[in-house]
Amino acid sequence: MRINCPCCGERGIDEFSYYGDATVTRPDLTSPTAMAEFVAYAFERANIPGPHRELWYHAAGCHLWLVVTRNIATHEILSVESARDVALARNANAKGSA
Amino acid sequence: MPVGDYSIFSVMKEALRGHTGWGPAWRDAEPKPAYDIVIIGGGGHGLATAYYLAKEYKAARIAVVEKGWIGGGNVGRNTTIVRSNYMLPGNIPFYELSMKLWEGLEQDINYNAMVSQRGVLNLYHSDGQRDAFARRGNSMRLHGVDCELLDADAVRKMVPFLDFENARFPVHGGLLQRRGGTVRHDAVAWGYARAADRHGVDIIQNCEVTAFRFENDHVVGIETSRGYIGAGKVGISVAGNSSRVAAMAGMKLPIESHVLQAFVTESIKPFIDGVVTFGAGHFYISQSDKGGLVFGGDLDGYNSYAQRGNMPVVEDVCEGGMALMPRIGRVRLLRSWGRHHGYVDGRQPVHRSHPHQGSLFQWRVVLRRLQGDASGGHVFRASDCTR
Repeated sequence: MRINCPCCGERGIDEFSYYGDATVTRPDLTSPTAMAEFVAYAFERANIPGPHRELWYHAAGCHLWLVVTRNIATHEILSVESARDVALARNANAKGSA
Repeated sequence: MPVGDYSIFSVMKEALRGHTGWGPAWRDAEPKPAYDIVIIGGGGHGLATAYYLAKEYKAARIAVVEKGWIGGGNVGRNTTIVRSNYMLPGNIPFYELSMKLWEGLEQDINYNAMVSQRGVLNLYHSDGQRDAFARRGNSMRLHGVDCELLDADAVRKMVPFLDFENARFPVHGGLLQRRGGTVRHDAVAWGYARAADRHGVDIIQNCEVTAFRFENDHVVGIETSRGYIGAGKVGISVAGNSSRVAAMAGMKLPIESHVLQAFVTESIKPFIDGVVTFGAGHFYISQSDKGGLVFGGDLDGYNSYAQRGNMPVVEDVCEGGMALMPRIGRVRLLRSWGRHHGYVDGRQPVHRSHPHQGSLFQWRVVLRRLQGDASGGHVFRASDCTR
């Protein structure tokens, strides 16, 4: 597997660290159902073969956090985005819908 | 027609007849309309569960449904090690039960699974690690499990070719469980399949589950690629496919599927007689009876259903091997393979019932551990009848 880092170009995966599912977001600690939400956030995963959005950290490169969309059934990498851009877009959407 | 008991006499008789009298070891069963218990997944855990169930409830109609063929999954994709050298209270009895079952398994199922108690030696490389291993060893002995803490001289007598004076990771000694060892993993699948079949279990291959059928929150059957099968109870032991099968029943599990690679080299003369593990990296090795060195190391570390890994881990595992025993450097690697299995924090089996109250639906998610196959089946069987 090679990841096309938006900053550094295509590099082998030994330069990256894996951090897991990029779709979960940290729940609100003050919510009355916070316990159940944190359990789901920390542990429960769809884990279905096919495209999977996941966080990778370019530890031996530019130190950028990335959101990689990868088919976990084939290891094919479908897209690579900066995690910062993804988070900013998510926040903008949340504000827009609020 | 399945053959009778295997014995020295049947082998001699067949030798004289040119081996023309051996039948299939188990029936290639067609699915019946309904069973009392259906086990999804014909791997080590599923077959062991079916076998112990059938042994316990002689009248029960039991089936194992497998989407591929018996022996084609994770049960043949591991490094064949069995051991019970765990430390924590919940772990030790579980794996020790398995170890005891392995010890009597071949007589029990009348099948040569090549159980070989050749010893599992975990090396330590520092004073701190020695303390940790002493603690683990004490914990094992408190649970009645055998183990010995060896110093460097004792290890040297067993495996003199290690790099004892390695500048970074000198070998200071090891923790040895003599009762641990290896089994022929394919034979475990075949042996359990044959034994379950002899107790009347239908083993249905090439039969993939596509959906569950519920009535009033009770599971009543499964839809499969070979038609509908009614079921009083359903057990699931499908390792890395757990999340997929769970999703069909509307459940989300605390599981991710990962890949763990294993390797085998060309055959060489007898070299390592037990299992040896490197304590400073992640590397474990034994030698098969055919002569190939069988070894493995770390998970690849990212979610995967691909049943194959990537080069960085291959390199890392081989580096671990070279740091420990440099003389394997000239041996050529024949092949490597990956198995995908469900992982949960704590790396242990998950037993779960379906959330619907009163539902006769037992859950078992099974992870990497070949050494848990026997007790996994036993405990699953037990949880089923004591539910």
